[in-house]
Amino acid sequence: MGTADVEAVWRIESARIVAALTRFTGDFGLAEDAAQEAVAEALVSWPLASPANPAGWLMATARRRAIDAIRRRTALQDRYALLAADPAVDEEIDPDKIDDDVLALMFVSCHPVLSPEARVALTLRVVGGLSSKEIARAFLVPVPTVQARITRGKKTIAAAGVPFELPPAAERQERLGGVLSVIYVIFTEGSTATSGDRLLRPDVAYEAIRLARTLAALQPDEPEVHGLLALCELTAARFPARTGADGSPVLLEDQDRRLWDFSAIRRGLAALAKASTRGLGPYGLQAAIAAAHASAPSVEATDWDRIVALYEALGRVAPSPVVELNRAVAVAMASGPAHALAIVDELIASDRLPGSHLVPTVRGELLARLGRRPEARAELELAARLCANQRERSVLLRKAATLS
Amino acid sequence: MPKYLLIMRGTDESNAAMMANIDEMMATTRQFIEEMIKAGVLLAAEGLDDPGQGVVVDFSGETPVVTDGPYGETKELFGGYFLLDVASKQEAVEWAKRVPAAPGSKIEVRRVAGSDEVPQGNERIVKERAGRESTGQI
Repeated sequence: MGTADVEAVWRIESARIVAALTRFTGDFGLAEDAAQEAVAEALVSWPLASPANPAGWLMATARRRAIDAIRRRTALQDRYALLAADPAVDEEIDPDKIDDDVLALMFVSCHPVLSPEARVALTLRVVGGLSSKEIARAFLVPVPTVQARITRGKKTIAAAGVPFELPPAAERQERLGGVLSVIYVIFTEGSTATSGDRLLRPDVAYEAIRLARTLAALQPDEPEVHGLLALCELTAARFPARTGADGSPVLLEDQDRRLWDFSAIRRGLAALAKASTRGLGPYGLQAAIAAAHASAPSVEATDWDRIVALYEALGRVAPSPVVELNRAVAVAMASGPAHALAIVDELIASDRLPGSHLVPTVRGELLARLGRRPEARAELELAARLCANQRERSVLLRKAATLS
Repeated sequence: MPKYLLIMRGTDESNAAMMANIDEMMATTRQFIEEMIKAGVLLAAEGLDDPGQGVVVDFSGETPVVTDGPYGETKELFGGYFLLDVASKQEAVEWAKRVPAAPGSKIEVRRVAGSDEVPQGNERIVKERAGRESTGQI
């Protein structure tokens, strides 16, 4: 067995092993360390002799490392505690509890005491089974940065005394929202990279989809989980058409819709149906917007009135300047650029999206459609200066150049 | 991300072994499917009916000819599949190893080609594929 084989087993087992070990030891940080030690050992010993049961080997080894760590700790602190700790770590995994434990692991990794960066890193590491190197590549940061985030995150969890359990009923919805937002952040990084020279990173988006599927399987009665999954599936369905052969972005209106992934659209629509049982939440509404695009044969044949209505609803349940801006784009399609420009100008007047390249991008488009070319050009050039993604920037500059 | 089809290929012997233990087999398969759903990797899974009930539509001649099974010399028959969305071929293989398959049967692991990969050799498609590869899309 080679490195890739070890990594493959680890991706499948990571969440369950870390969850079970956290349950045994009551110590998330210790469990994660022990699990990582087991993977490191596997990377050395499996190429020489593959175990008959790799998953069982990993669990047993991780458990031994956890026991070693507890012994070291109790030797320093209280030898009597060793006696108390031993029976607990000898317990077998309870298959009926493992789902709840994996869910608890997701809640711990996305705990509000953690910085947003630590939540993302910990979730990908312990639930997703990614290495620090893979996480670093996903977020275009150096490996030591990811390692530091994970180490700090584990210390924060320990210092705050975060219990390993499902959140109490009163906090459940809010904490679930926290988990969803971590998955959404990961997805967004893959679907519109905030920096770097590539617009899309499907491998990063895939990790989010996988996490969303896991969460949907563990929390099947939560409509917003299905809403988020639907949003991810429907957005990812358009990936094959979103960049040209040279990697440059292709706008929705220019996309070859035959390249859209129709199986993903079907999965997205099925998830959206599950999200719609009690009225749509913010993710469900965004998914419904994505579904309206996914079901349309062309930009012209898109139900823009419905999309405007969905953005209005989204603006009510989750008000944000980005939603307003998107509503403006939809309004431009439904009832013309002049109406839309008024919405954008209002956003600028209230200075609710300062420094974003999106506002001048949209404003430039609208001005161009209104025939106000010099103003449009100035806006698009401003947008290019503010945009951190090189691919998007060159599209903006190209468009600005056509207006001179 | 890469999709893989795990194709179950049973023999008469493995099918007989499976039928002898059908209740247990169904229960472990259900459990296995649950596990893949919770891991976020399962897209579809189906099992096929008795091969004796199938027919073959043969395109050797000018018009398609329909004949009853069995299917020529083939010893291992396609009996069902799992469609997985995984991060790597190794992961697909690891899942394949865990399928509760009857002794004597085989599982073929095949990557699903994207719509942009067929037909092979077309110059435009080759170029496009190279572009997508360079941007990490495939």
